[in-house]
Amino acid sequence: MTWSSLPEPLRYAILGVGSILVAASLLVALLTLLKPAKDFSELKLRVRTWWIMSAVFLGALAFNRTGILCFFAFLSFLALKEFLSMIPTRRADRRVLFWAYLAIPVQYLWIGMDWYGMFLVFIPVYMFLFLAMRTVLIQETEGFLKAVGTLHWGLMVSVYALSHGAWLALLKPTNGAHGGGLGLLLMLVFLTQFNDVSQYIWGRTLGRTPALPKVSPKKTMEGLLGGVATTVTLSVLLAPRFTLLTKSESLMAGLIIGFGGFIGDVVISAVKRDLHLKDSGELLPGHGGILDRVDSLFFTTPLFFHFVKYLDRF
Amino acid sequence: MLRWCFYALLVRPLTWIVLGLNVRHRERLPTSGPVILVANHNSHLDTMVLISLFPLRLLPKLRPVAAADYFLKNRFMAWFSMKVIGIIPVARGGAAGDPLEGASDAIARSDMVILFPEGSRGEPEQLTGFKKGVWHLGKRHPGVPIQPVFLHGLGKALPRGEALLVPFFCDVFVGEPMAWMPDRDAFMKELQCRMNALVQDAHFPPWE
Repeated sequence: MTWSSLPEPLRYAILGVGSILVAASLLVALLTLLKPAKDFSELKLRVRTWWIMSAVFLGALAFNRTGILCFFAFLSFLALKEFLSMIPTRRADRRVLFWAYLAIPVQYLWIGMDWYGMFLVFIPVYMFLFLAMRTVLIQETEGFLKAVGTLHWGLMVSVYALSHGAWLALLKPTNGAHGGGLGLLLMLVFLTQFNDVSQYIWGRTLGRTPALPKVSPKKTMEGLLGGVATTVTLSVLLAPRFTLLTKSESLMAGLIIGFGGFIGDVVISAVKRDLHLKDSGELLPGHGGILDRVDSLFFTTPLFFHFVKYLDRF
Repeated sequence: MLRWCFYALLVRPLTWIVLGLNVRHRERLPTSGPVILVANHNSHLDTMVLISLFPLRLLPKLRPVAAADYFLKNRFMAWFSMKVIGIIPVARGGAAGDPLEGASDAIARSDMVILFPEGSRGEPEQLTGFKKGVWHLGKRHPGVPIQPVFLHGLGKALPRGEALLVPFFCDVFVGEPMAWMPDRDAFMKELQCRMNALVQDAHFPPWE
């Protein structure tokens, strides 16, 4: 594998993300020098984990189709495991949970087989019905609705929503034009994550009006709007260059990612608040768990995917 | 060699990838023996997880103490338990001879002995009273630190009587080492207290 053999969008992504991370590391080093009294260890940890996450993600995309599918399947596995470890579960349902895990390889198999219809309905229809059936066979009615409801919700978030990212990466333009799904996936992930960071920075600098104080006291309207504006600007600047999206489509995509990312974030916050948890896990030092990091993606991925499909060019 | 392969190629991927461990206070883990590691017992995975916490070069030193009547019940189990898992067998229920001899010899060789004072895996995710073998072992080696470790979630992943492993993230809480005390009841109380204190602030989702 040589540099020039990598797909073009991936090369730009490596260079772009690499320079942002170098800048972030330098900034943290500078802050530590300028303000020795303040503790920046949390920020340092965060940036370090960003380096690792970016390397793993971009590294996975450098492999073929199977590599991309395996990466997303493993991400879904980690997210589902984290979800099932943080929610209350019933002892009797152990085997049902095992079946839910088995949905992961099957869902990614449909993608590998290019079976679009099955990819769309497998989890929302067949797993939905199957898990209810498997649970009722245990004949434990106490807490039944909560058990089947939370399990299916977890599958939708961690497997169904994320699997759209894998399909997105494998999209091919129908007219045989240059530029496929890889650029779209990179755009989606980059804009979603950058949207998170810019909403945070706008909120910290200008934030006054709480957006949803009962769910997430630190989220402000200023942060949300500033973040969306940044994301839309970046999308209009970058997406027409690296993907097949036109300027007006890129504007729409930026809005979807900006607002969708915010909603995904606060939805997972509400789940954690309901369970009296601060973080969903400890897998990503400085960030929390996997679900803390993919929370915004679980909204933006299916929304962006169907927006792109609607354009009917892939 | 067989034992190394088992732990390096099978147990580690299992505990770190299929399960996934959140270790609190990893820095407290001892780096050499002798030490008596005391943990709660909910699953066969407990031993696997505890051994995975340490670097592989310490593997020859790590010796779990396990019930002879269960782990040596037939020839295959005995071979697997002794050669692959590397247990120190202990006779339960007042059999003839000195039940702690194997564990005591291991400590004398500066090994890191793993002990489950609950005696058996019991009901998953419930801490039962500690048996007093740990005090007797401490009495023979009064200078050796006794270190509590609390494990959570393994009883959900593989409870007693189940053969199907269901992945869950597991929590490991490493406690500070404590010294043996001549007063048996005070020692047992202190050990229980420390074990409970380890998980005082932890939040575990209900599992019924």
